[in-house]
Amino acid sequence: MVSTTPTAPDISAVRAVPTTIKDTRGYTVFRVVNAVLLVLVCLVTLYPFVNLIAQAFSSQGYIVAGEVNLWPKGFNLTTFETVFGDERFWTGYRNTIIQTVLATGIAMVLTTTMAYALSKRHLKGRSVFIGLVVVTMFFNGGLIPNYLLITNLGLKNTIWAIVLPNAISAFNLLVMKSFFENFPSDLEEAASIDGLTTYGIFGRIVLPLSKAVVATMVLFYAVSFWNAWFPAFLYLSDPGLQPVTLYLRNLLAGATGSGVEAGMETVQIGANIQAVAMLLTVLPIICFYPFIQKYFVSGVMLGSVKG
Amino acid sequence: MTHGTEAVVTAPAVVVDATADPPSSGGKQRRVRRDTWATALRRDWRLYTFLVLPIAFLLLFRYVPMAGNVIAFRRFRPGGSIFGDEWVGLHYVEMFLNDPTFWRVFTNTVVLGALTLVIVFPLPIVLALMLNELRSRRFKKAVQTITYLPHFMSIVIVAGFVYELTALNGTINQIITAVGGEEISFMQRADWFRPVYVSSEIWQVVGFGTILYLAALTTIDDQLYEASRIDGANRWQQIWHITLPGIRPTIVVLLILNIGTFLAVGFEKVLLLYNPLTYSTADVIATYLYRVGLTSGSFSYAAAIGLFEAVIGLTLVLSANAISKRLVGASLW
Repeated sequence: MVSTTPTAPDISAVRAVPTTIKDTRGYTVFRVVNAVLLVLVCLVTLYPFVNLIAQAFSSQGYIVAGEVNLWPKGFNLTTFETVFGDERFWTGYRNTIIQTVLATGIAMVLTTTMAYALSKRHLKGRSVFIGLVVVTMFFNGGLIPNYLLITNLGLKNTIWAIVLPNAISAFNLLVMKSFFENFPSDLEEAASIDGLTTYGIFGRIVLPLSKAVVATMVLFYAVSFWNAWFPAFLYLSDPGLQPVTLYLRNLLAGATGSGVEAGMETVQIGANIQAVAMLLTVLPIICFYPFIQKYFVSGVMLGSVKG
Repeated sequence: MTHGTEAVVTAPAVVVDATADPPSSGGKQRRVRRDTWATALRRDWRLYTFLVLPIAFLLLFRYVPMAGNVIAFRRFRPGGSIFGDEWVGLHYVEMFLNDPTFWRVFTNTVVLGALTLVIVFPLPIVLALMLNELRSRRFKKAVQTITYLPHFMSIVIVAGFVYELTALNGTINQIITAVGGEEISFMQRADWFRPVYVSSEIWQVVGFGTILYLAALTTIDDQLYEASRIDGANRWQQIWHITLPGIRPTIVVLLILNIGTFLAVGFEKVLLLYNPLTYSTADVIATYLYRVGLTSGSFSYAAAIGLFEAVIGLTLVLSANAISKRLVGASLW
């Protein structure tokens, strides 16, 4: 290359080094393949949902004939009417909401207060209490002793069997504790000088300034309680108390015969009814999901940051 | 949540700070470290009131059941004490060691655990690396949002999807018949249970499993890539020599945890997906002890099996942790 000024080529050459190495042809091919594969991953992830919606709006005949995939066939809304008219579905939905709200409330009270107390490094006996929590992460009583305890406490067929036993998740507690540990102590000291007691500092200073982490924990708990079905399956034989996940499970068991050995009540129904019930159960989560997703990601990060 | 992820992110927070801050910055220098309980209670009684309910909760709902495991060595009478009535020694342990069904479910558990570890564990790493190669932020964000979604679904919903797709008239069988194959009744065939289970695991956990790897990827210094580019490294060499070593600690810690939870295969999912026709491959320790204990009422026998599983699990976590401490210096606590 011929240059007009003696210095110019050098400069451009130095500057150019990082940018002039273009993607090799192989890498360009790879990038395209990579993008295509990721699109495929998304399609596979979404397909069950699409299929579910298609079945929910289809008539039973087309589903049985195996003709419903991406798009409804024999479009109708009668299935929705059937499910909307089913008393058990609404009872289940109401129970799910009540249980989720109550359980999350209890869990948040116990988790935040304990995490706050344990975040104070000067607290005598702190390491013993922390040990008490950590042990529960690696060892738990197991199915049978837990079942006998709940039964013996007389909690069977009460809402307390669902909302009490999972009130403290060790994971959530430790995340909150490490968050409170990093809370600026100047603020608390200033409040203390102004005459606030520990209760006042916690309720009026610390909690209002910890909204993000509190929101994250509420979501962690709420989603896990909303999705739970097994505790209800174990402890709630009264249909008036069962959450919607259990109603759904009974539908599945009735449709597939897998519930026979469990001795639970099963309901014989068509695939379209099942699809509508499933759709209505996941709907709240799907609607809230775009908003809560970032809290979940940040919650997981919060836990790992200390590492 | 996925068990693995949950524990790993917790672990670092567990470390108890030995060099605790002095109680107050005032003039009480003499007893910075060792308050008596009387002083501590007088000064911090309000903080201790915060602990009363949670500790009572932990003792009742976590530690009483732990102690309740003694029924594995005692005879339990319905309506009697939850700690059993009389000592029978290792009677129930011998019972399950001589129970052929126990060994069948033990094998099934190990096989399912191993399949999950070998097939499901590496996939989030691959997906995270693929996401990392994307230049469009929007596209990346969209893929993340979509692939995280299954994590938020109830296991009942996941089971519902499995039944929906594997039904005789479901999509998978439609594809099979379209290419000229025979319909397969997946859920009724023992030889199909493992592929179905592992596929549903992949669908549910791989997307969300990328979070920690993606976080680790952001901490890799850009200058490393620049320097390697100047040295003439192509993108493949960069992935191999910079990206992968950069996320190695994360991979190791997650691997340890997954080994630790090896036997804790998805009990609830198996319970929803199996049936007597598929017991020969699907029945795992947890589902067997569930049937023995709660369907047949042999509480002590089931508790003995449960205790055995818990002890193996604990041993696996502790030894995996010890090994990694030795080999790579990464430890959970």
